[in-house]
Amino acid sequence: MEQKPRSEKQAKGSEELKAGSEKQEAGNELSSCSPPPGKARTGVFVCHCGSNIAGLLDCEALAEYAAALPNVVYAKDNLYTCSASGIAQIQAAIREHGLTRVVVASCSPRTHMPLFKSACAEAGLNQYLFEMANIRDQCSWVHVQERDAARQKAMDLIRMAVAKAALLEPLEDIESSLVRKAMVLGAGVAGLSAASALADMGVEVLLVERETELGGLVRRLNRIGPSNEPAAEVLAMLLREVESASHVRLFPGTDLVGVSGVVGNYEISLKSKGGEETEETVGAIIVATGAVPFIPEGLFGFDGRKVITQIDLEERLRNGSPLEVKNIVMIQCVGARGPGRSYCSRICCLTAVKNALLIKSRDPNARVHILYRDIQMYGAENEKLLRDSRGAGVKFDIFDPAFPPVVKEGSVEFYQPLTGMTIETECDLAVLSTPLVAPEGSAATANLMRLPVDGNNFFMEAHAKLRPLDFATDGIFLAGTARFPATVREAVAQGLGAASRANTMLSKDRLVFSALVSYVTDRCDGCGLCLDVCPYHAITMEEFERDGRVFKKVRTDPILCKGCGVCEATCPKRGVLVHGFTPSQIRAQVDALLEALP
Amino acid sequence: MNRDVLVIGGGIAGMQASLDLAEMGFTVHLVERLPTIGGKMAQLDKTFPTNDCAL
Repeated sequence: MEQKPRSEKQAKGSEELKAGSEKQEAGNELSSCSPPPGKARTGVFVCHCGSNIAGLLDCEALAEYAAALPNVVYAKDNLYTCSASGIAQIQAAIREHGLTRVVVASCSPRTHMPLFKSACAEAGLNQYLFEMANIRDQCSWVHVQERDAARQKAMDLIRMAVAKAALLEPLEDIESSLVRKAMVLGAGVAGLSAASALADMGVEVLLVERETELGGLVRRLNRIGPSNEPAAEVLAMLLREVESASHVRLFPGTDLVGVSGVVGNYEISLKSKGGEETEETVGAIIVATGAVPFIPEGLFGFDGRKVITQIDLEERLRNGSPLEVKNIVMIQCVGARGPGRSYCSRICCLTAVKNALLIKSRDPNARVHILYRDIQMYGAENEKLLRDSRGAGVKFDIFDPAFPPVVKEGSVEFYQPLTGMTIETECDLAVLSTPLVAPEGSAATANLMRLPVDGNNFFMEAHAKLRPLDFATDGIFLAGTARFPATVREAVAQGLGAASRANTMLSKDRLVFSALVSYVTDRCDGCGLCLDVCPYHAITMEEFERDGRVFKKVRTDPILCKGCGVCEATCPKRGVLVHGFTPSQIRAQVDALLEALP
Repeated sequence: MNRDVLVIGGGIAGMQASLDLAEMGFTVHLVERLPTIGGKMAQLDKTFPTNDCAL
């Protein structure tokens, strides 16, 4: 993505960051927190965390120890620093003792730093003048058997935090405007659900579909298991919702050709099949580009007539015309769970059993034989389908992938591992169950937005468990089979979920980002080493002219930057640093630690 | 219309729903029968398939 600033605010943000701490004087109101004149006045609060810390460490003694450290003018232990009374004590101490730094020795910054920071801000102290020492997770919890060493370590951690705190600088959060619009890429059931949910939440939606007709893969399906609703009805319902929503603008037959910008202000370029171009700014993007059935060219005699795929079968069943076949053999895992495509597509067993039952219900005399490797029928309703299908007379036989079935004229021959026999079963129609695969062009789409894909070109979420519908890139979300094969029900749930996730940011008036991000110093000479290592693509190279000569320097985007610090660690000349983790601050911590060594 | 939301159950589903709603600006009342939130997840060690620590 090109990284020019997308809004005035943002441009200002990066300028301010570039200017480093000077911006504080020049910048807008620094609220109530004047930078401390001269020496820091530090207050230290040591938390008992009930017995979590105090069970092992003497917190009163730690507070006494802290009180004697340089710059510390106030130190106290409390039962729960995060409780209402603990917070009130911090705020009272800031006022009464004129604290210019606050250190809390307690638990993990991940869970409690925001609370303490905002408590400081409420009491008039710049929130970035707060520091934390983790004496619970990193000390009392893990050193239960070593009380003395733990006490020593807690003292080290507190001393280091106090030393760093003295060098903290007041900073302001970075704010950026956002556009309350979203682009949903892909109008299958996931995208349609997402678009309709976003519209319901009052978000303007651009629904972009590559094909000229909306609906995606479900357009080709017959009925949707396990309830067996006609796919056309489910789709019609979703389409009605989307088409009647005044907030949804449809872009059928349109490709996404360009994306730039950052969360809140993504600039997208669309191009229709007819060549019509549209430029828009959206705050968020939902990727629901779907998947397509694998076409088993050259496998099991696939010919699209007598040897077809499940999706072909769905289309035949959908037409309602009689199948005019008596013996149907389905072969599972065709093109899946083997070399080249090792994954299980999850839904093909469901599809096969569903269609076997439908065939049996239309013509009880039809013989359906399913050759499988393992059966994947998760969920109580689906397991019931499997039992029902056995009850209805559908035959199941396991096959060994080392000896795959052979489709012949009028029959299928397969090896039955249990009996050791090769069996030939009559077959007028062979149906191959093939996996869903990423559609052509998905890697290119991913590339446009710099999104990660896995080895099979499925999009990769930010975290498999905790952020299944987010991308690591802020403001871009994921739903449906673009992520991995899913049932209609799952794809819809993901669409609704992604819409909800998108609205967590779109419902805000403005976006607020931590100021603990990278900034460029005068020492940068444009060597560019940091460009390649930045995992967020937050650094770009800029050229400028001075005295008729061209110079280079990097520029960091404060919104894309997550403050990970890889650039600072890579830069050989302190040309790019991260606020809150500057070399002097880190050095102060290290020096404080080494003080204790003999 | 009262705009507060009641979430019943403080396992991972209830917690995530509460967090997202709070992020959208709603006041959430998260009710859990047990003395601690976290549900089943809090009792697990590693979770498949990535073997993340459940805590």
